[in-house]
Amino acid sequence: MATIVAEGTGTPVLELEHEIPFIRKYVFSTDHKTIGIQFLFMSLFFLLVGAVLSVLIRYQLAWPGKAIPLGSALPETMAPDGIMLPEFYNSLVTMHGTFMVFFAIMPLLVGVYANYLIPLQIGAQDMAFPRLNMASFWISVPAGLLMLASFAVEGGAAGAGWTSYAPLSARPDLSGVSLGQQMWIISLVVLGLGSILGAVNYITTVINMRAPGMTWFRLPLSIWALFITAILVLLAMPVLSAAMIMLLFDQTIGTNFFLASEGGQPLLWQHLFWFFGHPEVYILILPAMGFVSEIIANGSRKPIFGYHSMVFAIIAIALLGFIVWGHHMFQSGMNPTLAMSFMISTMVIAVPSAIKVFNWMGTLWEGSIRFHVPMLFAVGFVMMFVIGGLSGIFMAATPVDIYIHDTYFIVAHIHYVLFGGSLFAIFGAIYYWFPKMFGRMINATAGKIHFALTFVFFNVTFFPMHGLGMGGMMRRIYDPQQYEHIAGMQDTNVLVTLGALGLFATGLFFLVVFFYSLFWGKKAQANPWNATTLEWQTPSPPMHGNWSEIPVVYHGPYEYSHPEMERDWLAQNERPDVVSPVAHSTADGS
Amino acid sequence: MDWTLPLNASTQGEMIDRLFWLILVITAIALVVVEIGVVWFLWRYRGREGRRARYTHGSAVAEIVWTAIPALVVIFLGVYSGRLWAQIRGQNSFPEDALTISVVATQFEWNVTYPGADRELGNGDDFTVRNRFEIPVGEPVIVRLESEDVIHSFFIPQLRVKQDAVPGMIIPIWFEATRTGEFQIACAELCGLGHYRMRARVRVRDQASYETWYQEQSAAVEAAD
Amino acid sequence: MTSHAATVESVLRRPEPGLGVYDKKVGMWVFLCSEVMFFAGLIGSYVILRFGASTSWPMPGEVLNVPITAANTFLLICSSVTMVKAFAAIEQGNQRGLRGFLLATALIGALFVTVQIFEYRELIHHGFTPASGLYGASFFTMTGFHGFHVTVGVICLLWATQKAFRGGYTQEDHEGVEVIGLYWHFVDLVWIILFTIVYLI
Ligand code: HEA
Ligand code: HEA
Ligand code: CUA
Ligand SMILES: [Cu+2]
Repeated sequence: MATIVAEGTGTPVLELEHEIPFIRKYVFSTDHKTIGIQFLFMSLFFLLVGAVLSVLIRYQLAWPGKAIPLGSALPETMAPDGIMLPEFYNSLVTMHGTFMVFFAIMPLLVGVYANYLIPLQIGAQDMAFPRLNMASFWISVPAGLLMLASFAVEGGAAGAGWTSYAPLSARPDLSGVSLGQQMWIISLVVLGLGSILGAVNYITTVINMRAPGMTWFRLPLSIWALFITAILVLLAMPVLSAAMIMLLFDQTIGTNFFLASEGGQPLLWQHLFWFFGHPEVYILILPAMGFVSEIIANGSRKPIFGYHSMVFAIIAIALLGFIVWGHHMFQSGMNPTLAMSFMISTMVIAVPSAIKVFNWMGTLWEGSIRFHVPMLFAVGFVMMFVIGGLSGIFMAATPVDIYIHDTYFIVAHIHYVLFGGSLFAIFGAIYYWFPKMFGRMINATAGKIHFALTFVFFNVTFFPMHGLGMGGMMRRIYDPQQYEHIAGMQDTNVLVTLGALGLFATGLFFLVVFFYSLFWGKKAQANPWNATTLEWQTPSPPMHGNWSEIPVVYHGPYEYSHPEMERDWLAQNERPDVVSPVAHSTADGS
Repeated sequence: MDWTLPLNASTQGEMIDRLFWLILVITAIALVVVEIGVVWFLWRYRGREGRRARYTHGSAVAEIVWTAIPALVVIFLGVYSGRLWAQIRGQNSFPEDALTISVVATQFEWNVTYPGADRELGNGDDFTVRNRFEIPVGEPVIVRLESEDVIHSFFIPQLRVKQDAVPGMIIPIWFEATRTGEFQIACAELCGLGHYRMRARVRVRDQASYETWYQEQSAAVEAAD
Repeated sequence: MTSHAATVESVLRRPEPGLGVYDKKVGMWVFLCSEVMFFAGLIGSYVILRFGASTSWPMPGEVLNVPITAANTFLLICSSVTMVKAFAAIEQGNQRGLRGFLLATALIGALFVTVQIFEYRELIHHGFTPASGLYGASFFTMTGFHGFHVTVGVICLLWATQKAFRGGYTQEDHEGVEVIGLYWHFVDLVWIILFTIVYLI
């Protein structure tokens, strides 16, 4: 009875897939799988861009004013004979943050996996609106290229930080950047449109196209996370767009929304930006949490611990995410009483997050743990995210935030949640679904090396930043040497930079592994991880339309180690007669 | 590389540091519980021949426990921080008749204005020094922050003071230095290409030397006109 | 096993919609949520700026020509009515009705935009521009983006009209009409809110 549909129909389809020429299959396709893969290449490219920028940042911070190796290749306006200019440093920081958040992590989580997984995991044949889906990808690409191009224009790329606080971002005369800032705005408005179209598609698909028997509480947690994330995108993005447009008008046609002159309000920009910005950071973590739940259940060979509370935690985090934005503005001059209420709501978010962390531990508990590469990254996620999350508590406490606001303590927080969190989960997801996407495995040993190096260098790079922050080192400064209270910590800055170089080298190693496996990795079967969710019950890679016939769902998503089977996994679409009705009723967690 | 808070020289700094270390202890405990727990589980329940995972969908009791405990902790932290915050930034935390100084930030310098002979700002006799901030020790000081162009942030690490200066707003903050010494004002909000060097001297003087300094300066103004 | 488990439902090309509502309609509703947030962003900013404004805010009648815009508002409301009628018509399978009312809706919409353009020209002529203070800035931004939405609506309506003239919609299948209708009513609703807070209050 242990045969699954894939072994029936898998292999022939696989062969067939390989005869279709690469180009025709991969350019203007409306197949959600292809679009997901297109997003993967796009966002990995921008991840690399963001990484290169970060290395330049680190070089300057470790050896301020020293000529960058090969830096003389850079134009006069950036680094005359290799020595970086302050305005270029500002552009680097701004663009690093922008690329990483909007063009690397966000598309990796949402663009790639919402597209690839939603139809496969809910048992649909494609998205509700395939053409809209293709549009959302082909809108994102020019947005990214426009952003990249802004480095080349007169005055250089935007340099007001990824948060682009007005008036600095609205006053070319004060920032020295005009066209670059405008391209930054337009690029993000365009990207925003793409993401909104995507979100409409994901939401509709999940609501309307679930396979027979796929009730809401049988959805894999990755789908729950992506669904809620799509709602966040849908409701937060347009507010950013509105703000961006006002900023653009301030820049170009002489309005004064955010200019103190004539009654405009600089703080209005911050309120609008962070009303979007905080939901945005949860957009960047919720899907990651979903993937991690998926992988940890599989790696521990156990049903996820507390499925329902995991779902409610996701929803709670999303809701709370809309009422905490003020915690970025404690020192902005916002009314202190208001700050108090933002502090409380912010701290409350620790609770649903705690639920998730402890449920992951509960899943490991009494499991039978397999240490495959995705599992390593998933566990790495839990260990690193907690550090980032807990450092958030320091900042949530308004009095402490007075001191650590805009210091490297924040930078440490950012990277523990976004890299230690989101990016670890993304690496896990890449290893986990790579066989499904490309029909090939990534070499496990290479993967383990990649994990070990990433884990070590990540902590060498970012943990010391807590120390720099406590020492009072401000963010976004071009030359730490300028300040007495920081100068003493230069050796720490050097250490961080060495870590960063190691991290970057590791990234390149991964790049090689990735492309090697793409072409020469060993062929994957339909279900290499013995997983239970639907995408594994069809060939790797799945044929166009995903299924030879729409699957029928009988169980919850994580039926591992069911006592009444000797096989330790039970696919969602395996017939009830395989298990007793009793077990079946517990299976959908009711 | 000493990773710790720089020496503290203000009354509010004491509160802030106390809270910082308290949170550090609490979060450290949470951290150890999680990290040790994870590592221990990984080792204890590593997959081996013949052992099978326990088939369970969760435990209501456990869930309630680990929802309740963090909830209690954060509520405590929230209330405690709230109280400190009120003492530092609350409207009625501001001391009466404290020495009031106006600080106006511009790209990329700090203009500090002291009240003249009449000991209050405005009415002509004030004097302004650039990138120098002199205050008496052991006496509360109110700073009225303004900005002429973009957002800057008035940061004195050793006094644990940080507040954005926003164009179009006058933002008052107060603090009280507890020891004399020389420090730096740093700008903590990205304000353009000179952001990284927008610093100024802070000198916390004992009452006597502050008075003399103050007299010299205001005298200079008198002489000027 | 599933391959043998081909139960009746599982051979469906596609399962029943979870909401019992067809995709396009769900999609449009979802998209409109996003639009709501967009206008909420603009209107919210307007409110904050207005009540935070140090300088006194001009009275409704002072700069803007309320009567003309009131008439224009009435036009837009009429276009919502014709839209409803278009939908009702095709529900009855009445093709002529559909074509007529779709075309009417599109034309009225176009008229609305035209009037708005002339209003702009007048205002700018009298020196009321986006650059002349917060009021101008927020006025032109909000009404401008609404006008943009109307224009997009008109384009969609014209497209639907030509499809209707080619008999593209039937009594059974006219999802397109209903979906465009939803959008159109939304745009109309937004205008009524804008008109109230920008022109009347
Ligand atoms: C993935 C992205 C992500 C995530 C998930 C978070 C999560 C959190 N963030 Fe973070 N944050 C950012 C990304 C993120 N943040 C970014 C990018 C910035 C900088 C923006 C900029 O200025 O450039 C920022 C800035 C930022 C600030 C502003 C700091 C400043 O500028 O002064 C604050 C302040 O409150 C904050 C708080 C929090 C909190 C409380 C959480 C919570 O959600 C964390 C909750 C999780 C835990 C607490 C750990 C798990 C729980 C337990 C183990 C239970 C035990 C715990 C307790 C009992 C406390 N963040
Ligand atoms: C997810 C987001 C993300 C990620 C991954 C990173 C990664 C890194 N960041 Fe990031 N950083 C931010 C988001 C991120 N950052 C944000 C939002 C800010 C705030 C910006 C602002 O202040 O406005 C910031 C600011 C910031 C600063 C503060 C600058 C300042 O305030 O002056 C510094 C300084 O050290 C820094 C360093 C680094 C380093 C060394 C890395 C390294 O980890 C990079 C290591 C390399 C990789 C992770 C690449 C590995 C992958 C590949 C090589 C691709 C492989 C390709 C294929 C397979 C095709 N970052
Ligand atoms: Cu002034 Cu930074
Ligand atoms: Cu936040």
